[in-house]
Amino acid sequence: MRHVYFATFLIVVLAVSALGFRGDRFKHPPLELFPDMDHQAHLKPQAESAFFTDGRADRPLPPNVVAASLPLDAEDGLFRGKATDNSWLKTIPVAVDAKLLARGQDRYGIYCAPCHGALGDGNGITKQYGMSTTPSYLDERRLGLTAGEIFNVITNGSTQNKNMLPYADKLSPEDRWAVVAYVRALQRAQRGSPADVPAANRKELGL
Amino acid sequence: MSKLFPKSANRLPLQILLYLFVLGGIAMAGINYYATNKWANVGYAPVQPVPYSHKLHAGQLGIDCRYCHSNVEKSGFANLPTAQTCMNCHSQVKADSPLLAVVRQSYETGAAVPWVQIHMTPDYVYFNHSVHVTRGISCVDCHGRIDQMEIVAQDKSLTMGFCLECHRAPEEHLRDLRDPAQTVTRLDWIHPGGEKGQADQGVKLIQANKIAPPTSCSGCHR
Repeated sequence: MRHVYFATFLIVVLAVSALGFRGDRFKHPPLELFPDMDHQAHLKPQAESAFFTDGRADRPLPPNVVAASLPLDAEDGLFRGKATDNSWLKTIPVAVDAKLLARGQDRYGIYCAPCHGALGDGNGITKQYGMSTTPSYLDERRLGLTAGEIFNVITNGSTQNKNMLPYADKLSPEDRWAVVAYVRALQRAQRGSPADVPAANRKELGL
Repeated sequence: MSKLFPKSANRLPLQILLYLFVLGGIAMAGINYYATNKWANVGYAPVQPVPYSHKLHAGQLGIDCRYCHSNVEKSGFANLPTAQTCMNCHSQVKADSPLLAVVRQSYETGAAVPWVQIHMTPDYVYFNHSVHVTRGISCVDCHGRIDQMEIVAQDKSLTMGFCLECHRAPEEHLRDLRDPAQTVTRLDWIHPGGEKGQADQGVKLIQANKIAPPTSCSGCHR
């Protein structure tokens, strides 16, 4: 009987060494003993499909269609940053309040700060890795930009070169205006003096 | 007449019975340990077309998860980034790296990058990312410390039991989104007040935001 137990022990050791432990890294697709209805025949986002020639389940928009949510000409200000006479808007066409600035700060931190830096000085983390051309918001030319021009750069990418690509897919027009407002706040903050700080808040800054 | 059965054969039926019990025990233990996603799915780390390191991008550079997975707050599906998202930096950083050839080709031609999906819910499960993220469930609760993974591997079992554990006690996970430190994409955040502090905060958030995660079948199997 001892031999039977010994053989069983060996088989268990063999099985465990073949199957491994929980959490072990593996590259092959996960084992599915009972596939149930885990994989059903319908199209999933960003998935493959053998039906279409380009192999994608997601279908591109047919040419010349416009989504119902996209701007009408009357709303050029909000969606294109332009006034009716085709000049850039000088002011932000939505109400600028603390809520908008907070949203702008949040979005700026996600999408802009990696390159432009938390201060808007162009010294984001990517500068150490080779993004050498990121400019500061604080030079003369960029201080002079109108709100509409900043909005346009976020929407369509940089106008002078292709160093910054469009962010329209990541930021909705409302969010873009929030970011413009926050960029304005950064520009203002970096050119401020202690006299600009309300007396009540000076202690927080150690002034 | 010679002895056909030795005397020890008298004990044999009992020994066989005992052995069957032991064998049954081993089988049960094996099924318990192996016949679950905790073994079958956790640790799945397929080879990706581009050896993208979340440890470098999300951990070392501190890029927010939403920089690439940009629709996660708006959409049920946490999207993979477009090739342009990669090119935002990689048109200048490591612009000629052969490892990024697939991405450059995708950017130029529009062909898809054949990423391999790791975290999968069965098709009869409804799961919505935005609902969870905008109520203060962090990425880390289901995906683990992605910011420490050179190669992404599945970290949690994502079984129905895993879902229900949290749906029955969401206060153990809910973050207060008004506090920037608790942003859902900060994977290293834990409540400074420990489990007690987390539970107290969670209960308050449940009441304030009327959070009622479904625990009925039709909540997810709809």
